[in-house]
Amino acid sequence: MEEKLTLFKNRKRFGIEKNIDIIFKNTALVLSSFVAIILLGIILVVFFQSFESFSRYGLKFLVTSEWNPVKDEYGAFTAIYGTLVTSFLSLLITIPLGVGTAIFITEDFVPKVVREIIGSFVELLAAIPSVVLGLWAIFVMEPFFRAFFVFLHNFFGWIPLFSTEPTGRNSLLAILILVVMLLPIVTAIARDSLNQVPKKLRNAAYGIGASRWKTIFSVILPAALSGIMAGVLLALGRAMGETMAVTMIIGNSNAFSWSLLSPGYTISSMLANQFGEADGSQVSSLFYAAFVLMILSLVVNIFAQWLVKKFSLKY
Amino acid sequence: MNSLYYQKRLSRNIGDKFFTSLSVICALIAILPLIFLVTYILYKGGSQITPELFTLEPNPPGDDLDAGGINPALIGTLIITTIASIIAIPVGVGGGIYLAEYSKGGAFSRFIRFGVNVLAGVPSIIAGVFIYALIVSTKILFGSMYSGLAGGMALSILMLPTVIKTTDEGLKLVPNELRYASLGVGASMYTTILKVTLPSAFRSIATGVVLGIARAAGETAPLIFTALFSYYYITGFGDLFYEMGSLAVLIYNFALEPYDAQNKLAWAASFILVLTILSVNIFSRILAAFTEKTKRV
Repeated sequence: MEEKLTLFKNRKRFGIEKNIDIIFKNTALVLSSFVAIILLGIILVVFFQSFESFSRYGLKFLVTSEWNPVKDEYGAFTAIYGTLVTSFLSLLITIPLGVGTAIFITEDFVPKVVREIIGSFVELLAAIPSVVLGLWAIFVMEPFFRAFFVFLHNFFGWIPLFSTEPTGRNSLLAILILVVMLLPIVTAIARDSLNQVPKKLRNAAYGIGASRWKTIFSVILPAALSGIMAGVLLALGRAMGETMAVTMIIGNSNAFSWSLLSPGYTISSMLANQFGEADGSQVSSLFYAAFVLMILSLVVNIFAQWLVKKFSLKY
Repeated sequence: MNSLYYQKRLSRNIGDKFFTSLSVICALIAILPLIFLVTYILYKGGSQITPELFTLEPNPPGDDLDAGGINPALIGTLIITTIASIIAIPVGVGGGIYLAEYSKGGAFSRFIRFGVNVLAGVPSIIAGVFIYALIVSTKILFGSMYSGLAGGMALSILMLPTVIKTTDEGLKLVPNELRYASLGVGASMYTTILKVTLPSAFRSIATGVVLGIARAAGETAPLIFTALFSYYYITGFGDLFYEMGSLAVLIYNFALEPYDAQNKLAWAASFILVLTILSVNIFSRILAAFTEKTKRV
């Protein structure tokens, strides 16, 4: 008996197997920390590259709109304004459309098969590369909307937003193509959070005599609100960073204008346009603009994650 | 007695009708652009497809009517996404294994999961800017500046969060009983992961990874100043260190050309890109639905 027990105690794994196990674990650990290294690397590299411009212009960079490589004067106000305006206005259009579509998909107005087809259709829209959307915007959307823009200018020209003569590419087209890009994101996330609302809440509301839309507005939407909000914020981050489609259709002009019917600029389209050919302190200024863009999208993203954690459903 | 019947004129019923039609309109507006877009691309791009398209170099933009083909861009896209996959898949799967199998929900793993979500939200052009500063402008890759290799690295940054997330989530769906059984018969941790958990999560991980690759293939912003563009055939291994064309950048460059021939080439490239990406998406959707039905555990 005694002998057997010691035999049992001495049974160990082969040393080599144990070592492989440890090596495997540590390799996985190192690989997972790559994410943090890359993220910190991006922030540090972009920050240090923008240092020259940052120390020269400071925060004045954010509020002046002169961008003149010849005179070596840089200010990114037009691009920052364009980024914020295009993303917020496109979101303003997308939210009702996306949430409305999500409600349509989650309610039982039409048979389930039809709803599922519509749902996956909208999701497929998210898979289309933005450069293809840009191509489509240039050759199909712009001619299609031209008459409408002229109408807007003629009848609402007294509003500063529509005060310029529409000539081809402009900010409003960028907003519209952003709507097409954001719609799948908002719809998908809104649908998921509406689906997560427990059935008994709906049944309880119906039970006390609420109509369908009373139930949706007072019970289901409030319960799904945090998820929808997070989706909206993710979409906002996406809109601010979106590059190709916007670059191709916004017209790329650094002249500041309040009008949506004039060509504009966003930070990402400025980067896409100028980075390849820039040199000297222009590069540093472009890095500064990239840093601003990164901070904007980081803040939005982190806020979205916080929101999900803080207000996730507790049923 | 009357109150038991549905009354059309009741304000609540009118309101319900109104909002229902509103949501139907929303859904219609949401689908219409997709239908227009896809049919237009398939129609317009499909009519440009010729055998020469796949074999010829694009001609430099100019007045000549013949635009040539997109062979270098097609091969370039394949090469650049392959490079991105070679970097992102091992790193992502390894990282996902750590998060799902080893981490115990401590501060480190929470930080990494947070980082994955943040990295997924970093604008794609920032990845290009980062690789430009790190690799292109420093000429660190044997003195070459713009190169297919740098483009692949920029794309891999965008793929990485997707790969980690799908691995992490795929492994978490594997029932713990399988792990206990494997560890119980004396298998070590790495044998358990490599022989038991990874194979049983393989299909969901593979689906996610393939979708990630398809998405990366259409990304343009990280490539326009890392891989740049090239009009010439890719002939050998050495071309990795030079400018390399890709379908996405070809569409961007040629869409902005004033010549009709180049625009047509952009439509043809869009056709190939969209058809590939949509079929990968639809196929993986069907596969996922199929797996759900036949799932045993």
